[in-house]
Amino acid sequence: MRTAFIKQLVEEAEHNESIFLLVGDLGFSVVEPFAEKFPDRFLNVGIAEQNMTGIAAGLAKEGYNVFTYSIGNFPTLRCLEQIRYDVCYHNLSVKIVAVGGGYSYGPLGASHHTTEDIGTLRTIPNITVCSPGDPLEAKAITTMLCNSSSPGYLRLGKAGETIVHNELSLDSNKMIPVIEGKETVVLATGGILAYAKNYITQNNLDWGLYSVPIIKPFDETTLETLANKYPNFITIEEHQLSSGFGSAVLESINNLYFNKKIKTFPNLRRIGIPDIFIDYAGSQDFLRNEAGLRF
Amino acid sequence: MTQNKFNSTELSLNAKLQILTLAYENKASHIGGALSIVDVLAVLYSSVLNYNIADSKDEKRDRLFYSKGHCCTALYAILAEVGFYEKTALDGFTKDGSYFTSHVNSKVPGIELSTGSLGHALSVACGVAIAGKRKNADWKTYCILSDGELNEGSNWEAILFAAHHNLDNLTVIIDFNKIQSFGRVEEVIKLEPLAAKFESFGFEVFEIDGHNHSEIFETLSGKKYTTQKPKVIIANTVKGKGVLFMENKLAWHYKSPSEAEYNEAINFIKSNN
Repeated sequence: MRTAFIKQLVEEAEHNESIFLLVGDLGFSVVEPFAEKFPDRFLNVGIAEQNMTGIAAGLAKEGYNVFTYSIGNFPTLRCLEQIRYDVCYHNLSVKIVAVGGGYSYGPLGASHHTTEDIGTLRTIPNITVCSPGDPLEAKAITTMLCNSSSPGYLRLGKAGETIVHNELSLDSNKMIPVIEGKETVVLATGGILAYAKNYITQNNLDWGLYSVPIIKPFDETTLETLANKYPNFITIEEHQLSSGFGSAVLESINNLYFNKKIKTFPNLRRIGIPDIFIDYAGSQDFLRNEAGLRF
Repeated sequence: MTQNKFNSTELSLNAKLQILTLAYENKASHIGGALSIVDVLAVLYSSVLNYNIADSKDEKRDRLFYSKGHCCTALYAILAEVGFYEKTALDGFTKDGSYFTSHVNSKVPGIELSTGSLGHALSVACGVAIAGKRKNADWKTYCILSDGELNEGSNWEAILFAAHHNLDNLTVIIDFNKIQSFGRVEEVIKLEPLAAKFESFGFEVFEIDGHNHSEIFETLSGKKYTTQKPKVIIANTVKGKGVLFMENKLAWHYKSPSEAEYNEAINFIKSNN
C-alpha cells in the first residue's frame, strides 16, 4: 500500500504544485522518488512529530496541500493536539499518512501496533478518516486526498498487500462492493479485507462483502440499502473494538433506525481487538489470530 | 499596507487601559502577562510590521503568531487600536456567541492562528517561514512566546528546526517576565542561561528591556542583525507592568480587579504615561 501511495503522490505532484511532503525521518526506500523529483516540496523535519504537524499547518496556511508521513502512532497519537487544534480546528489542508496500520509491524512490539488511531482521530471534527483495503484503494484515496483542501488521515499497511479488486473507481465516500450475497454482509476496513474475501470464497459462504475505505464521513446511504437487504452484519477491522470502525457502523445503523430509515435493527457482530495490548512478538497474521480477528 | 502610522506610546497607553477594562468588566484573567507584552506589541504595530487592516490576509503582510494566547486582551486591544475592527467589537469579549474568546481566536481579523494550548504556534510559524523561503517572499514571520511556555518540548523541536534551516525570516520574541502559572520561572523549571541556550541552538540572540520602546524598535527594525540565523529577542519584562500593585505578583496571572482596584490601576497607568 505504501508503494501505491508514494507512486500516486508523485504522479499527482507532477501536475499539482501545491503538494508538499513532510517526513519524520522515516520513509527509507519509500519516499525517495518524491524527494528526488520535487526537492522544493519535500522536507525531512527530523524525529519530531509535534513540530512536523505544526509545520504542516503553517505550510497549509500558505497554500500547500501537505502530507505528513511516519509510522503508525507517531504522526497520529504522538501529536494528537497539533492535529486537533492546529490542523483540524483551522480546517487546514494537511493529510496525515501513517504506515503500519494494525499489526503490520507485528514483530516490532506494541509501540508499533497501530490499533487506536481510527477511533481517536474520528472524534475530531473536519477530518476525513481513510483506511484502504488494498493497493488500488490506497491509490484512489491518495488521489482523492490530493484534491481535497481539508484535513485527512490515511492509514496504510506496509508493502506487498494482496490486490483485492480487479479494478476500482472510487465514488466519493461510497463503500465498495466486493461480493454480493444473502442474509449476511461483511463490512471490512483496511488490510484485513483480503482475509475476509478469502474466508468467504474458500468456505463457499453466501455472504456479501463490502470494503469501507472511508470511515468518516460514513456512507450511510449504502448502509441503508444494505440494512434493508441483509438482516445480519459483521464488521471486521484491525483496530480496537472501542470507538473503531465497527462502532462507526453501529452508530450509523442506530441513526438509520432512530430516523426510521430502516424498519429492523440488524444483528451486528463486531470483530476487532477486545481492549488488549499484545506484549509479545508475532507476524501480522499470528497477532490477528491472537487478538481474535477471525470469523 | 500600514506602517509607521501610530505613535507606540499612545498605542501602548490606550491598549493598557483597554486590557484593564476588559479584565474588570468581564472578570477575565491574565492581566499580568498582557501588561508585560503590550509594549512590544505597540512597537510592532506602530512601526515594525507590515499589515493591511482592510485585508487581514493580504499576501504581502508580515505574519505574527501569538503563542501566549491566554494574554489575548493585549493583542485584541492593539488590533482594535490600529483599526482591524471597531473598539466596540470588544464589548463582546468572552460573551455568548462572540469570537473574542479569552484565548486568541483566528476568527478575529488580524489573528493568524488560534492559540491557547502552549507550545503550538512556533512550529506553525516555522512552517510559514519555510513557505516564505520556498516562495522567495519578502514578508517576515514573528512568533511571541511566554517564558513558562518554553517548558513545552515542542518549542525546542521547532527551535532546532528553525536554526537548522537558517530561518532568518523568523523572529521569536520571548516575553521573559519570569513568572509562570504556578510560580516563578526559576523555581518551576529554570530557563537560565536562556540567551546562551538560544545561542547554542543556533539563533542570533538579543536581550532587551521589553518596556523601552526605542530599544524594542532598534532591535526589531533589524538594523543590528548580522547573521543569516533566525532571531530571538528575549524581552526582559515585568509581569503587570505599569500598575504598581500588580507588578511581579503571581496572583495577577489569575485575578480580575475589583472596582477599587480597577480605578486605582487606571490611575497608575494614566499617571505613568
